[in-house]
Order: sequence, then structure tokens, then C-alpha cells
Amino acid sequence: MLSLGSGGGKAAKPSFISYVTPEEIKIKDGEISRKQKQPDLQPGEVIFCSAYPVLKCEGPQRGVYGTLCCTNFKISFISEESLSEETAPPLSNKLLGENDIALSCVDQIYGVRDEKKKLIIGGQVKNKYPPKLLIYCKDFRVFQFCLSYAKEEEAKKIFQGIVHHSLEPKSLKCAFAFSYCEEVLSPEVSKKIPATVMFESKDNWKLELNRTRSSCKVAHVNENYVVSERLPQYFAVPFAVSDEDIRKFKGQGVPLWCWSHSNGSALFKMSALPNVQDDGTSQVYQMFVDRMTNAVCQNQMYPVKTQDFSSGFLPLADLQQSYNKFKQFFLIDNTAEFWLSDVKWFSSIENTGWLEKIQECLNKATEIVLSLEEENSCVLMIEEDCSDLCCLFSSLVQVMLDPYYRTTPGFQSLIQKEWVVGGHSFLDRCNHLYQKEKESQSPLFLLFLECVWQLLQQHAPAFQFSETYLTVVSDSVHIPLFSTFLFNSQHQRDTATKLEYPDSQRHSLMIPSVWDWSLQFDWKVQALFTNPLYVEKPKQDKALRKPYRPKHQRQFSLPNSSSKPSPRKSFFKEETDNLKKMLSGMRIGKWINATEMQLSATRQFYESWQRKPLDYHGLILPCLDGPAIKIWLQRYLRWIPEAQIFGGGSVLTMKKVSDLAAEIEDLKNEMEKMAHNMHAGNTKKLFFSSFHAPTRLSSSFPFASLRTWSTRPVIPTSIVQSLGSVSNLAEKEDEDTEGVEVF
Amino acid sequence: MASASVSALNSNSLENSSSKNVSRESLRMEPLTNIPYLPGEEKVTDKEIIYMCPFNGAVKGKVTITNYRLYFKSFEVDPSIILDVPLGVLSRIEKMGGASSRGENSYGLEITCKDMRSLRFALKQEGHSRRDIFDSLFKFAFPQSHNMPFFAFLSQEKFLENGWNVYSPINEYKRQGLPNEKWRITFVNEKYELCDTYPTILVVPFKASDEDLRRVAVFRSRGRIPILSWIHPENQAVIMRCSQPLVGMSGKRNKDDEKYLDVIREANGQTAKLIIYDARPNVNAVANKATGGGYEGEDAYQNAELIFLDIHNIHVMRESLKKLKDIVYPNVEESHWLSSLESTHWLEHIKLVLSGAIQVADKVSSGNSVVVHCSDGWDRTAQLTSLSMLMLDSYFRTIYGFEVLVQKEWISFGHKFSSRIGHGDKNHTDADRSPIFLQFIDCVWQMTKQFPTAFEFNEHFLITIVDHLYSCRFGTFLFNCESVRDSQEVKLKTPSLWSLINSNIEKYTNPFYTKDSSRVLYPVASMRHLDLWVNYYIRWNPRIRQQPQNLVEQRYMELLALRDQYLKKLEELQLSDSPRISNNSANSPVSPNQIVHQIQTQF
Repeated sequence: MLSLGSGGGKAAKPSFISYVTPEEIKIKDGEISRKQKQPDLQPGEVIFCSAYPVLKCEGPQRGVYGTLCCTNFKISFISEESLSEETAPPLSNKLLGENDIALSCVDQIYGVRDEKKKLIIGGQVKNKYPPKLLIYCKDFRVFQFCLSYAKEEEAKKIFQGIVHHSLEPKSLKCAFAFSYCEEVLSPEVSKKIPATVMFESKDNWKLELNRTRSSCKVAHVNENYVVSERLPQYFAVPFAVSDEDIRKFKGQGVPLWCWSHSNGSALFKMSALPNVQDDGTSQVYQMFVDRMTNAVCQNQMYPVKTQDFSSGFLPLADLQQSYNKFKQFFLIDNTAEFWLSDVKWFSSIENTGWLEKIQECLNKATEIVLSLEEENSCVLMIEEDCSDLCCLFSSLVQVMLDPYYRTTPGFQSLIQKEWVVGGHSFLDRCNHLYQKEKESQSPLFLLFLECVWQLLQQHAPAFQFSETYLTVVSDSVHIPLFSTFLFNSQHQRDTATKLEYPDSQRHSLMIPSVWDWSLQFDWKVQALFTNPLYVEKPKQDKALRKPYRPKHQRQFSLPNSSSKPSPRKSFFKEETDNLKKMLSGMRIGKWINATEMQLSATRQFYESWQRKPLDYHGLILPCLDGPAIKIWLQRYLRWIPEAQIFGGGSVLTMKKVSDLAAEIEDLKNEMEKMAHNMHAGNTKKLFFSSFHAPTRLSSSFPFASLRTWSTRPVIPTSIVQSLGSVSNLAEKEDEDTEGVEVF
Repeated sequence: MASASVSALNSNSLENSSSKNVSRESLRMEPLTNIPYLPGEEKVTDKEIIYMCPFNGAVKGKVTITNYRLYFKSFEVDPSIILDVPLGVLSRIEKMGGASSRGENSYGLEITCKDMRSLRFALKQEGHSRRDIFDSLFKFAFPQSHNMPFFAFLSQEKFLENGWNVYSPINEYKRQGLPNEKWRITFVNEKYELCDTYPTILVVPFKASDEDLRRVAVFRSRGRIPILSWIHPENQAVIMRCSQPLVGMSGKRNKDDEKYLDVIREANGQTAKLIIYDARPNVNAVANKATGGGYEGEDAYQNAELIFLDIHNIHVMRESLKKLKDIVYPNVEESHWLSSLESTHWLEHIKLVLSGAIQVADKVSSGNSVVVHCSDGWDRTAQLTSLSMLMLDSYFRTIYGFEVLVQKEWISFGHKFSSRIGHGDKNHTDADRSPIFLQFIDCVWQMTKQFPTAFEFNEHFLITIVDHLYSCRFGTFLFNCESVRDSQEVKLKTPSLWSLINSNIEKYTNPFYTKDSSRVLYPVASMRHLDLWVNYYIRWNPRIRQQPQNLVEQRYMELLALRDQYLKKLEELQLSDSPRISNNSANSPVSPNQIVHQIQTQF
């Protein structure tokens, strides 16, 4: 049995842990005698160091005293004030409390001395420690701890401990998942998620091939990773691809199946063969690739379009840079800063380029959807390792095309298929180990979630999950307890979890999957993951077990578009771009020319799609116009008190919809009961009907707690006048014509 | 049944103007009878014409001009394109191209509208083909420039409700608990002698005599003395509104005015310093001294504190909206949307207005009386008082309450609708025109977005108000002040916009509305939460539609219908004796199984 978060201080017996210095252990022992509160510890969790009393600042005038400690899992502040049920945030996490920060969730640490903020860099910490510590988290919480009341020795230790464990490189084995799993002997943990397909077995792939009626086959040539360590053990390839082909270049140059459209077209990804100078080799490569392409199109039955991502489309470093700039606008630690950044808000956000990246991604995904849906052509995505942009686009395309992937289990299965088993290097891209060379870091998975969020806010009834769910998924990436987002590949996971000395019961550690949400949240909280707006699929369709509605639902008639894509090929890329450049340069096209201007292909596709009656169980496309692309406010603003709308926010309407949906559920049950003269099944209380008191709701629901409830409004300060350009008008009197009589 | 309610939610208040088929929510069949003539509406002329639709290209069709509207319908049925534009919306009509100009469709008319769009029509270059159309348009769109009456005076429309009865000053003051021992109702302005832009009924401090008021009026621009707008039901703090004091360059003082403000301060017994909110930027207030105006000086008004709210004047707002139109019509700015939006400053102005109103509301709810003014006290002042009243008093968040608020703070207290909108006036460059009222409605929309359950009215209500701000179909927004409206007998001769709305109130009701009586609503006036009102400003663009909030509303309506369906069926089942229900299907038209099935497909 698991005992998670149960009652205070059930400390696990410390096993030998190589990364704890003896000195630290000694401090821990000394601590126990002291009359201070202990954090709730997880199995396998040990305290490294702690300090008391530490003041946690909440706003300019408020603060609470307590103990600050650092464990092998988290930084934890244990408040002296006991938290009442009422003020606790609705979304309480069983693993991490309100004042807990998982070590890998730490984004930046600043030392504050004399009102000056200084960025702390791991490995460069001297003997000094700053009186005040500012911790920015990857989930956008900001903590301020004042260390100057604690004993000097303790303060120094806690400062160094926090910096050491959260900002310095470590080995994979130090990830908390390993300590945790040593303690938790629960082999059933990761098997408790029946609805999510893990794609770790042959059968999973077979079922998926059947579901999409694909003509591809499952390859098991890589069992035990004998061919490639990058590839999973099982995957699907076109029928004509032989095991020999896969072995030939260790899986490189082989089209890997992602998804099949009901019209017969399909999506593939491929890791590019290296560029070579030698003519002979390059000819061999070329022949191989030609043969593989032929396999994709099933001997010219379908045209093939290639999307080559190796040529600098969305460079990973750019993404990281852009996100770094973007996130900084939401890591706010004081009111003055909040209002200062409010002045040039829109251009500041634009300058980070993050929204533009989202737009670009959605546009590219739409382009791929267009090929599959409209032109009946197969799409082959090529990338160096086919584990970054390939993951992003293949999953995004599937969310748009396949309603199954817009259900919660479907979405989780999709992430398993394309990202986890698909070999996205989560460990490197998220930089979980805090490696110095950060070039490999890139927020690709987050970008995927951002894109899905855009689709969700534009077409809410098409999704079974809520934005809270997406926010929680994005947070869970930084909890190093789950295998899902911890490794670079399946091979790495299997190697790392293999026990050196297998005991009688097990051969490897069973690191839980993030999809086992009950590890983090109880069922009541999980109800918040359901989207009350979701339009469930009508029952009779379910009976037919169709993956989604057949194509006749949406026969597009794009002007001039035929099933043969070739004549438009060149138009797709260069011509529109040039035309657009030309037009934007001259700023004509506003009037008559506006209609004559060739709209981009994806835009036309969107427009013709928009003209059809909307089917939430069919294809959905994003609107890409500036006003339609929004900031994911829940994720980014949830902890900022100045941005909190008390008693407001979209949660109020969502709650109403949710209550109504629950009521209908009740009625439905009652009616079935009456109709069949039998007892209805248990009424599922879905959604968040359990969270009453609408006055206690705010725009930050269900994240920030309402302890800081204020009856006073937030009044903008530092409203800098940026209206200089209109000064001649500004000075003008309101009434030109009449003028006030001069006395 | 759900679909009927959906189409009612369509945010295009002027009954769907462009490209009918483009929007998926308005797929209902167009009636064959062409123009939906209003009673009293008459055809003036019609002509075959080409509408240069910025979204669909050149569209051939027929345009009809009536004394109320411009109506265009394409010959093409799929997609059928309809334009239905009240002539009051037209701001400028110009001929483009000459008889000899070359190029296809270069000869015609260009029409600029007050509601964020422009229309272009092309005609054949023969026999002065556009003259008749142009002349009729010019005449009927600008009746005031041709000594003709507004359509509102010709309208024969009859409604179930009479909107003119919505606002009675006496009743409204009574609702606020007035008069009381500190505040009295005065009829000193009964003949508009004290101030010709104020209404006849005013609430003033009990201690101030009518004679005092007359002396104060001398010192306030256009005689707009401080009068009561709202009183807090518990702490008795008040919102007073007025125009600027006539201080002038020499820094004149007026003992009566000073005393008057102090009487106001004393009235609720807990105001140490009367807060005077001057809506203008400091520099503008100073500059006003040159033309005889100014602000309350520290020396003269010792028990008062003056705070400038930095809201710009009507000219700045006009230019800002003009820039906004540039980036949204006909096409939405493609690249750099956010910085383009920022450069219009529109949302920045919204932020300033809202944050000013928040400060007023905050002060009053903490028991401190305030005075609000700008230069003349009919633009920015009206915005601030009405918005703060909306925050403080939940009554104004109901449909009737909001109508009262508009009627009181804007119409009766003399916001110069006629000058600001330029009703029926051909002079489109008039510097008096400014979108002040639209800006106020935008602020209200921002509040409804932040508090989606706090307002009884929906977005359609707000859009309808703005549409009829221009349409001249109702007398509601005509003329600058009550004295003129009286002399024109507006209430007798024209219908009220509130008649239209109140006769069909479900259409304007927010399904999420939850009565929550006493709470003060403070929106967050941060750019992070301010949004461009896409459903208004970009509504003509068929591509940008269906904002998330409408989606939620639509879904909620569907669910409500579904629930009612269930309730009804359940009732039927209960009536027909539940135990043997499964054998009963022969009696009822549908078997329970079928019911379940039908209902599920609704999901």
C-alpha cells in the first residue's frame, strides 16, 4: 500500500544516499531535538538541512514564520500558522503542499541584499548568504524567504543546500523517483491506468493500427534495443519496410508511422540520414530513401509530401530564448514591478516572440492537416533525430484531426505514443539534471501544450479535458517522481531502472507514470480536469466503434484544389510569402486589392472549413489571426495577487455550466431508472460542483488560495504617459467651437 | 429547439449585415420578402450595383435606399450577401472615380460608417448612374443638414413596453433613499434657467439654498454646479458631479463655491477631506486656466484633496479609435498585432478610465464623499460616475438598472450625444465628434468579461445600444440635453430604444446572471486582463467570430434546453405511473428509450 502525504512527519528510514554529505546528515540529526515542525515526507525522502525561524514574506506587510528545509525531493516551508481547510487552495496536491517546491521546479534564485536583487548561480556560492532569498518556480510561484532571523550557521547551510540541490548538476540517479521507488514496493502502480495506452507493447500498437485502419505493421526487430537505443522496442512502419531495412542504418532513414487518416493518407516521421560528401555513399542513401518513400506512398497510391525540419525551421535554441523572455513577465515579486510592466504590456509580450512561435506551430500543423485531409497525401516529417519537432507536429496534427485524442485518455495515450515512447529527450530538453551546457534545453513539450490550449480556448466543446488539466500536466513535468517526463528514451529508462541485484520480487524499479493522477490528487480534485463544455460523442457512434466520423462530414471544396497537389506545390511556399512581403511593404491591399490578394493556403483552408457546420467530433482548425491567439492566463497569472479578479473570472460561468451538467446527469439517471424500472447506477458527481461559495472564487481558481482576499481594489500605479505622439491633440480644449467664456 | 436560442445569441445586433452564409450560427433561411421595412419606413430609390466586399470580392446585387436604411442584397444566392445599414450609421459619403476613370469598378461610392466599417459600391460609368443614389443617400443620411426630421420622428413603431417610462428621476432618487435630512430635491432648474444642459430635477445638499446654487453656478463652467449622482446606502458617502471651476489665469476664488463643497463634505459626517477627482491630466487642467477654467486650488479648498486621473480629452479618444479601425478593418493587421494594438492606445485609455472609476468607487465605499469633474462635466465625468456607480450598486447591473444609469448619468445630465455622434449631420470632420459613449460601453464590456455572472444583460445588449446610438431609429440618444429634447417633444414623438429591448428582454439577458446584491465589483484594470472587444470592433470580419465567452454561453443555453427537455419528459413519465412504464409505450408518442436516445444525440 502506498501511504502518501498521510499525517505529518512519517520519515522514512534513510537508506544510504551517496549525494548527502556526512555533514548534512549530522545537521539533520541535530534538528530533531528542536521543537519545530517537520515537513510531510514521501517514502524515500530525507531532509538535508533546515533553518528556523525563517520568515516567508507575503506581500509588503505580511509574513509568516516557520521552518525552511531542503530534502532530496523538495524545498519546504512549514508555517507556524496552521492552515485552515477553508483557505487552502482547491487544487491541493498530495505530493507537494502549498509551500513546497520540487527541486527541479526551481527556475531561478535571487539573493536580496539592501533591496538589490542578485541572481544566484549554482557552483559559485561563497560562504556568504543573502538575508533574503527569492525563489522563482517553473510553475510561476514566487517565494520570498527572509533568513536573517535564523541562526547564522543554519541560514548558511540552508542557503547553500538549496542552491546546491536545485541549481547544480546532478546525476540521473539523484532524481527523487529512484529514492521513492526503492521504498515503494508497489508493482501495480503504473498498471492502474487502464484507459491510457502506454504504447510499450506490440498489442498497443496493433490496436492503434486497427483503430485507424492503417495498413502499416508493427516492427519488433528492436526488441531489447538491439538495433537502436533511440527507438522504442516496438513501433509501426509501412508494410513494405523490412526488418533488414530497419537494421541497415540503425533505424535512420526509416519512416515511422504516426497516424492514419480514414481517407487512406497517413503521417510518418523519419530521422534523417547523415549528410555525406562521398558520392558513393550518398547514392546508396538516396536509393534507400527513395525506396522508403515508395513504401510510404504504397507504390504511388498516395502522393507524399515531405516536411523537412532539419533545415532550421523553429530552431530549438530560439524557442528556449523566446520562452525565457516570455516567462520573465510572469515572475513578478512586487506590485511596482507589476504595474511597470503593465505599461508596455502588449509590445513587451510581442517582443518575446513566444506567441508568434505558437502561431507558427499551429500554422505548420494546419499545413500538414491540409495535406492529409484535403490532398489525400501522406506526409513524411524528417528531422535529425525525429524526436523534437516531429513529436510536436505529429501530436498536434492528431489532436486536430482525431477526436479520440481530444478525450483525456486519448490525449494521454497520444503523449505516450508521440513523446514518451516516441523518444523525446525530456531529460535534456527540460534540463532536469541542471547540466551546465544548456543548449539542449528547449520547451518543446510546453509549446505543444500551449498550442493545445489555443485550440481548447477556441473550440472548448471539442475537448474532454479542461485548461486546469493542461496546466497541471505542464506543472507535472517538473515533479521528478514520474517516469513519464524523466528520461531521454525508453532505453534510458529501462537501463536506469534495472536493478543491479534483482531481488526475488522484481527486476526493475517501477517508477510511477504521471497519468496515475491519484498519486497527486484525490478524485475530488481530479474532477477539475473535466471540461464541462465537452460535447460528448453521441452513443450510436460509439457502438460502431469508428475512430471518428467518416469524411463525408466535411467535404471541403477549396477553390482549385484537386486531389493532385503538385501544381500548387510551389505556390504553397515561396509565392505567397513573396506576395505577402510585397503587400505588407506597400500597405496596399487594404481595399480592392484585399480580395485579390492571394490568401495563404492554410488561411483558405481555414476559411472553407469555417464555412461548414461545426462538428466537434471532426476536424478542428485554429484561427491564427492576431486577436485569436491569447496568453494562457491561467497558467501564467494564477499566482500574481495583483492580477487576481476577486469573485470574477471565467470560472464563474464554468461552474454554472458544470452544475447544470451535473443536474442533467442526475435527471438522466433518474429517468433511466424510471424507464427501466430499476436502480440507476451510482450518480457520478462530475466536474467541480463540490466547490461551492461562488464569492470565494477568483480568476486564479483553482490555484492560488484566497487567503489574501481583499476588499480593496488594486489600483494601477505608475501609469506612465506613453501618449506623447498625440500631444498636440491632448492639449486641445474639449470644445473647440464654443470655448469657455473668459471671465 | 436549441438552435433557435443560438441564433438569438448572434452578436450582430443589426441583424446580420455582411455575408450571411459565412457565419455558421446564422444558417437559417433568409425570408423571401426582401427588406424588413419598419412601420413608417419608405422606399426612396433602388439600383443595381456592385458591392466591393472586402472579404468576398465584387458582388453584384441590388441596393435599396429607404428613409431609414441602405439595404443591399446580392443576386448570388450562395453565398447570399446582405448589407443592412441604418443611414444614421453613415458618417461620410463620397464619390470615387470619375466618368472617365479607368479600371474595373473604379467608379462608384465610398461610404464611411460610424460602426467601424466602410463600404464601397461600384456602378457602370454611364449616364450619371450614381447621381440618384448619391443624392438620396446624402439627403436621408444627413437629415439635419437638409432641414429634415430624424427617422425616429417618422417611425410608426409600436412596442409592448414604453421605454420612456423606464427612468423617472424622482423614483430613482427615492430608490437611493433621497431626499433625506441631508439632501434635498430642488426644482431650481425647472425652466433650465440655472443650467441649460442639466435636467430639471436635481439633488443638492439640504443646507444649500436655491440662492446659494445660483451663486455657485456663476463660478462653474456652463453653470454645471456640483450635484448628487449617487449616495451610498450605508455610509451616506456621495458621488457629486460638476464642471470645472472658473478659476482663470488670475486664480479667482468664489466663497460660495468653497462653502458649497464644504457643505457636501460635511453631509455624511465622516469625510475629513472631500476628494475631488479631476479626470484630466494635470497639465490640461492647468492649461484650462488660460481659457478661464482650471481646478480647485489647495488654498481655496482647504478641506478638499484634488487628484488628477490623467484621462485624455475627446480629440485623443477620437484619434485612438480611428487608429484602431485602421488595424481591424477591413483586414486585421497581420504581423505585429499586439504592438499595433498597443500603438492605438485604445486599451490604455480604457485602463485609465476604469482605474479612475475604481478609485472613485473605492473612496466612496470606504465612506469618503467625492466630487468628479473634468472640463465641462459631460464626457469623462459621465464615464467615471456611471462606471463607479456600476461597481458600487448592483441595481445598475440589471437590464432596467443599466437603462436607468444611461438615461440618468448620460442622457439627462447632458452628454452631448448629438455633437459627439454627429446625428444626421454631414460634417464628418467636426472636431466635436468623439467616441466617448462607446468607450464607456467598452469599459462596461470589460467589466462583464471579468465578472461574467454579475450582469443581467449580455453582450448583445451592449452591442444593440451602441448600434442604436447611431441608427436614429429611436429618440433615446438624439440631441444634446434635456432642454432641447423637451422642446422637440422627443418623448412624445419618437420611440425609445428601451421599448425595443424591454419588449423582448430574453434576447438581452445573460443566462449566467446571479443576483448578488451588496458586493462592490472591482475589475482589475491591468492590460493583462483588458481585451479588445472583438465581437464589436471586428464583427464585420467573417473569419473572426465566436469568442470563447459566447461559446460558453451557447453551450449553457443548449444544456438549459436539454435540462428542460428532461424535466418535461420526467414529468410525463411520472404522470403515466412509473412502475409499468415500459409497457406503456403504445400510449405515448415516443418510448422512453427513444427519448434517451434523442436527448443524447443533442450532446
